[in-house]
Amino acid sequence: MSTTVDDPREIEFDVRTDEMLVNMGPQHPSTHGVLRLVLRTDGEIVSEVTPHMGYLHRCAEKIGENLTPRQWVPYTDRMDYLAAMNMNLGWALTVEKLLKYEPPEKGRHLRVIIAEMGRIASHLVGMGTYGLDLGSFSPFLYAFREREKILDLFEEACGARLTYSYITPGGATADLPAGWLEKCEDFLTQFEPMIAEYHTLLTTNSIFIKRTAGIGVMSREMAIDYGTSGAVLRGSGIDHDLRRDGEEIYTAMYDGYAFEVISQQDGHYPKDHEYPPIPQEAILGDCWHRFYVRMLEVIQAIDLVRQGIERYRTAEGDYGEPMKLTTKLPKGEVYLETECPRGQMGFYLVSEGDSIPWRLRARSSCFCNLSVVSELSRGCLIADIPAIVGSLDIVMGEIDR
Amino acid sequence: MSGQAFVDQLKQKFGDNITGSNFENIDPWIEVSPDGLVELCQYLRDEPSLAFDYLNSITAVDYLHIDEKKAKKATWEPHTEVVYHLFSMQHKHSLVLKVTLPRWKDDTPGELPELASVSHIWSTADWHEREIYDLSGVHFTDHPNLRRILCPEDWVGHPMRKDYEMPLEYHGIRGR
Repeated sequence: MSTTVDDPREIEFDVRTDEMLVNMGPQHPSTHGVLRLVLRTDGEIVSEVTPHMGYLHRCAEKIGENLTPRQWVPYTDRMDYLAAMNMNLGWALTVEKLLKYEPPEKGRHLRVIIAEMGRIASHLVGMGTYGLDLGSFSPFLYAFREREKILDLFEEACGARLTYSYITPGGATADLPAGWLEKCEDFLTQFEPMIAEYHTLLTTNSIFIKRTAGIGVMSREMAIDYGTSGAVLRGSGIDHDLRRDGEEIYTAMYDGYAFEVISQQDGHYPKDHEYPPIPQEAILGDCWHRFYVRMLEVIQAIDLVRQGIERYRTAEGDYGEPMKLTTKLPKGEVYLETECPRGQMGFYLVSEGDSIPWRLRARSSCFCNLSVVSELSRGCLIADIPAIVGSLDIVMGEIDR
Repeated sequence: MSGQAFVDQLKQKFGDNITGSNFENIDPWIEVSPDGLVELCQYLRDEPSLAFDYLNSITAVDYLHIDEKKAKKATWEPHTEVVYHLFSMQHKHSLVLKVTLPRWKDDTPGELPELASVSHIWSTADWHEREIYDLSGVHFTDHPNLRRILCPEDWVGHPMRKDYEMPLEYHGIRGR
């Protein structure tokens, strides 16, 4: 016995899938930390994504109201543990802004070298694990192999491999050891040709392009509206980098350094004739562009470290002494954002004239970057969710307070 | 953008809603009354010469001394401040905006002070306001989804308030 259907829409209605709630996480390999995404799906199509965070909740802000600024430096390490040096720097500059203190010349160049090395290390993790999210294992191993060498250098400078507390308000805890600059230069010479390898493995890999190009497209307006920052913002074609456009206390650090902000203008990236071409499928603001901006920033950071080393060698004077543990803070309030590898990290410090802050707040880049996820992922496939979340390069430690 | 002239211009437009300003602080700020906040924010974003299209951060600061001795010396009455940090991508200038609220609505402990939401002006404010509601206890009216964001939904109290006390236990987990 056969049945006939007069209206084909009836069949469509009959095989339609039910709406389903899918939990992704709290522990998913594509997130650094604990993040739970609740997806509302219809078949493979995602109609709604709700991120849930707060599983770490380490009370960093509350602790900050009970410690002096120098005692709080290790807590900044633990926020973004993949770029702890840059977090130290952001906090140190915020305190220095309140104290109206200016570190000596040598300390300034030391900070540039260290911060840019931190940026390379962080982008390597971002790049490697992004490959891993999309099923490519080798780049992950290569990236960690290179990162290890940077960690060796950091270990030599400050004794730690993950949580450095190296750059502190006032300067740094120690000068760079003898022979460090040469080792750093050796690393850069050895590392620079490797980048072409990563481009072959990921950037120009056709599977990688299929998985990232045209996925999760974020327009310029949306990027600004959601307050995204860092490579996510520049991946949407916005020419904004705090190292050039930020507040004076931060831009003064990069005074005299030659660098171009990595963002696409008129279909071109700065110096992009040297790098692989942009694939035709890629749309400005998609996952591929965010990844590519990060890759170009690694090359830019190498250049900045080289410039820094040169200047550090000729700079006279001291590298800057850390301020005393219980220095009294002047009354007032400051807010400062710095360009961390993951975006603009802001610290807000209110002082009532004691040695401990009255209020301390961390505005993190990943917090704002993550808030875009629900809008970016509307209507995409489940398999694209790791691609989108991974392209934002999120570290959960930074999001929790 | 020079300080006093800017405030005068805003005062002309918004009258008494601009309640104060401070140019001595390292980051100068202007203060707006809670009623005039949304209108001012809309203006700050849409006026081409200002174009504050990027909202960096929203913060709440709780001013309260729990120590009675210190409270006597304090130069202010207990209150809550909500601080907005704005930036303009186009003009590369920034602005700090403040709103002063009572610690509790109508001085009834437990009743959260109310402030209008700006999440329809800057989408990023959505999560920032949720965070402030969660941690500092400010109720944002007209917010599309005002729920806790970092603490569990059934958490009691707002941790960033100065008089917050850690719970003794939470679902069988020892607190203090």
